Amino acid sequence: MATAASLFDKIWDEHVVARLDGGEVLLHIDRHVLNDLTSPQAFSGLEHARRKLRNPALTFAVTDHMLSTEPGRGDDTVPGGAELIRALRASARRWSIDHFDVGDARQGIVHVVSPELGIALPGTTLVCGDSHTCTIGALGAIAFGIGTSEVEHVLATQTVIMRKPRTMRIVVDGALGPGVSAKDVVLFVIARLGTAAASGHAVEFAGSTIRGLDMEARMTVCNMSIEMGGRIGMIAPDATTFDYLAGRPYAPAGAAWQVALTHWNTLPSAPDARFDVEHRFEAGAIAPQITWGTNPSQATAVDQCVPDPGAAPSGALREQMQRALAYMGLTPGRPLAGVPIDRVFIGSCTNSRLSDLRAAAAVARGRKVAPGVKAMVVPGSAQVKRAAEAEGLDEVFRAAGFDWREPGCSMCCGLNADKVAPRERCVATSNRNFEGRQGPLARTHLASPAMAAAAAIAGSIADVRQLAG
Amino acid sequence: MEAFRRLDAVAAPLRRASVDTDQIIPMRYLITASRAALGVGLFADWRYRQDGREDPSFVLNQPRYRAAQILVADANFGCGSSREHAPWALLDYGIRALIAPSFAGIFFDNAFKNGILLIELAVEDVAALMDLLERGEPRLDVDLEAQSVTARDGSVRPFRVDARRRDALLQGLDEIGMSLRMQPAIAAYQAADRERRPWIYR
Ligand code: SF4
Repeated sequence: MATAASLFDKIWDEHVVARLDGGEVLLHIDRHVLNDLTSPQAFSGLEHARRKLRNPALTFAVTDHMLSTEPGRGDDTVPGGAELIRALRASARRWSIDHFDVGDARQGIVHVVSPELGIALPGTTLVCGDSHTCTIGALGAIAFGIGTSEVEHVLATQTVIMRKPRTMRIVVDGALGPGVSAKDVVLFVIARLGTAAASGHAVEFAGSTIRGLDMEARMTVCNMSIEMGGRIGMIAPDATTFDYLAGRPYAPAGAAWQVALTHWNTLPSAPDARFDVEHRFEAGAIAPQITWGTNPSQATAVDQCVPDPGAAPSGALREQMQRALAYMGLTPGRPLAGVPIDRVFIGSCTNSRLSDLRAAAAVARGRKVAPGVKAMVVPGSAQVKRAAEAEGLDEVFRAAGFDWREPGCSMCCGLNADKVAPRERCVATSNRNFEGRQGPLARTHLASPAMAAAAAIAGSIADVRQLAG
Repeated sequence: MEAFRRLDAVAAPLRRASVDTDQIIPMRYLITASRAALGVGLFADWRYRQDGREDPSFVLNQPRYRAAQILVADANFGCGSSREHAPWALLDYGIRALIAPSFAGIFFDNAFKNGILLIELAVEDVAALMDLLERGEPRLDVDLEAQSVTARDGSVRPFRVDARRRDALLQGLDEIGMSLRMQPAIAAYQAADRERRPWIYR
């Protein structure tokens, strides 16, 4: 085992506190990050049972879901949101938890904030009451989403009870074509494998394409592991990871950094590590992607047509496709490029980091958002926002007619004021195109930041490669 | 947590695959710090029409299934987010058991933690149960102690639930309380780990 251990195996084994009956383990949690949507209810449970927060120093809180993204926002800007926002603040104060609250220079979407502050580190276990916690696996960590009961369990014990998942390696090799980004890679993979392929598996993304991605792009890939059913998605830490983390506020510094680095260098999977399942893809086969249906696996290259349910291999699949197309208001055989849109959303923990905004701005620069299209850019964190403004990206977006907002989850989840109206069509850089996700009857097409910007300019789904040319 | 031993109740067939958490309870019902009273939002986009009235074609709105405490659904039930509002909404509506060919991972854990029994049966068995519910009396007898589902035609289908979850459900045991008994092991782990990985502890 020791010689053939995978990245996942090594970190898992290092965190087993005790083995329980029935094959489960008590797993130590190094970093617990709370948010305003799913965590306040856990504190009420904890306090009701007269229990204590075990490790405040390993616990962090971020306000993101219920918060308005309107400039000048406060607790009450989103009706109903204040109850949860204030409940999280009160718990953070009571238990001395570092909290990146409304107005804090470190506030942002939880999965954008924890790496950028160096809270998330290679070799750690990190949990949060949000399924896209898998984003953090990009740093070489075991990071996964948990429910509120588990949040309460971690508050009280700094552990979770868990069965060891099987392992899956997804290898992507080769150079990416023009206009193709990490988002296209992961949408392409999910379209090939389906929404449940990685169920019960911890996924490691590997191969030359993945190694060539910068840290932010790696987070985009891992972010969508959950969309293929995998609670955990990870990438081996390397020089890219260490360069990214060096000097971050909560990352180890000085001598501690050197000791940590020595440890982190032992983490990557052994060359002969075995995985329960392995899939391989060639980067050269990947074109810019767009989803046409109501789950993230219903994606295709942007130069393709809306697929025909009649060609589906089974009756159940045909029905599922028909339902999706009816909801999306699309007819089979119609080219996807050229489908008129109403909105564009650039943001979310999938694609709201500085490199994402740069990619979108490169397309928007010197162009105009098509008449009738409402387009918004929501930086993933206050830090991303400041960095983007320092480069003048906000000016590029504003000049093109995009709305430039305050950081938060925004239109990813339809929980705050940012929503897509019924039957409106939105090209979004977020991660879920489920029915109603962006608002009742909202029609969501997932795509990369560059593709979303291209759609805003064209006023329809558009192939970024043609716009750029 | 309420214990679960045996439940003989109305069961409704939900003929949909990959029912996701946003369909189980749409986002707009989540804006509350409370866990109770989420039942009103259960399957809201299917249960209610746009004008807010009930859609009579949705299975739970049909008189024969109204009192359902058991749901029988297609594969991959509960995919999507980790939000525990999904099991809370089911529980508040009155659902105590679900039967499907498969469930999504996080939902699976969350449901058991809230005292909802999830039963995985073969695709053919689920299809047969749905047919029975639609054609005959829509009730099932779910027995966790015997680990079996009995339909009104007398057919019995065995299922398996792992021992720890089963015990917790049978006794209505609180998982955190059980884990807190491991306190010495957790303390020992952290003491040793602090030596090995000092940078983890601030
Ligand atoms: S941006 Fe969307 S997916 Fe990410 S944490 Fe917020 S609501 Fe969840």
